[in-house]
Amino acid sequence: MQSFTWINAKSIEEVKGALAKHGKKARIFAGGGDLTTLMKERIDTPEFVVNIGDVKDIHYIREEKDGLHIGAMTILADLAEHEAVLGRYTALAEAAGAVASPQLRNMGSIGGNLCQRPRCWYYRGAFHCYKKGGDFCFAVTGDNRYYHSILKGELCYMVHPSDTAVALLALDARITIAGPQKEKTVKAEDFFIGPRQDVLRENILQPAELITEIVVPTPPANTRSTFLKTRIRGSWDFALASVAVRCTAKNGVCQAARLALGGVAPVPLRVERAERALAGKKITRELSQQAAQLATAGARPMTMNRYKVDLTRSLVEKALLAVA
Amino acid sequence: MITITLNVNGATHKVNVRPGESLLSALRLGLGLTGAKEGCGEGDCGACTVIIDGRTVDSCIYPAGEAQGKKVRTVEGLASNGKLSPLQEAFVEHGAVQCGFCIPGMLMSATALLERNPKPSEAAIRLGLSGNLCRCTGYAKIVEAVRAAASPA
Repeated sequence: MQSFTWINAKSIEEVKGALAKHGKKARIFAGGGDLTTLMKERIDTPEFVVNIGDVKDIHYIREEKDGLHIGAMTILADLAEHEAVLGRYTALAEAAGAVASPQLRNMGSIGGNLCQRPRCWYYRGAFHCYKKGGDFCFAVTGDNRYYHSILKGELCYMVHPSDTAVALLALDARITIAGPQKEKTVKAEDFFIGPRQDVLRENILQPAELITEIVVPTPPANTRSTFLKTRIRGSWDFALASVAVRCTAKNGVCQAARLALGGVAPVPLRVERAERALAGKKITRELSQQAAQLATAGARPMTMNRYKVDLTRSLVEKALLAVA
Repeated sequence: MITITLNVNGATHKVNVRPGESLLSALRLGLGLTGAKEGCGEGDCGACTVIIDGRTVDSCIYPAGEAQGKKVRTVEGLASNGKLSPLQEAFVEHGAVQCGFCIPGMLMSATALLERNPKPSEAAIRLGLSGNLCRCTGYAKIVEAVRAAASPA
């Protein structure tokens, strides 16, 4: 690992100060699961590492009138086990519980989970790809069987690795960002950006910004949600494909649905065409199959990942039947 | 180098570490506690698992400084007065150990699991150990050992 200066911030103000001072030379260290490995492999070589683990006021899960408030440093294990999250924001608890291993869920934060870098093995290996400032995607002609896209890929064919992001899109969450300017709040789906917008990053955060809070609005009455994920190994792994769905239903008739996919595109992907097809209809096997077709419509699989289209469809069907 | 204070297995130690040095490195090189192992060094394999304030972590990617003010437990702390813990006895009894490299991590994950859930189902045991890789045993005997420790005859 290349040597670096460790800055142990105690408050958001200190974090902001350090980030403003060191700009692109600094990285935020939350749980450290992703950043440490990127640094050990010298994929990322920051000169300053700003630890936010000791910033006290970003570790919390609070259910308030307007919904669930989650501090950015809240660990995934706490989200996965929290009674209110399990009960009313089920997709998020399930997604948090599906991340990595027990040890990594005990270390990893929700903010860090949303800011993970790609798992593409060319990015993680010694390849000077688009993500590293190069001008080639090695996955296009190479081995693209696992962590590569079937939807929305261009330039870089990564898939966004976050499980919790998929759940947050389905649950209509907001993300609060602090930085040199006034604090701002964005919809979860507007937080993530694809390679065409900026191939060097996966979200809108500027070098001097950080996530401070995630707010998930209280779901309407008669609403259920779920998160499903398929991975290569049963023990733990990143998603080959995942789906989160939130459905408000009365007497089996879907009034409103939100549906998001993971592991298939460079961003966690909300599929509104499929959502619209569900509204006002009774969720049957046939309707869920139609929605699954719509969710993957326009898919352009790569040379080795055509199977992900069927995999994604079957996950959508299963998820819809589970919440109907 | 900076000096940090670590509470490990109930005893307080001063350790000199580099800024950002891993807890695993501080335990092994600073304190001579070589039970926790470095396998992958990237938080994948769980050979470095220790318990911090009741929760398992991969100490190879956990900054030593972050463990200050918390209670760290390693495999060296499982036995008391020279007597193995019931879980360790069960591992011996059931032949759960082959090369042994993963076992300190397995024992810490299983210890944390049994403290939170004294009567885990087999599925819960497998989930509890899902962050620990073993390349020898095929896991069956490890799972048997944990189950036996959970329900002593």
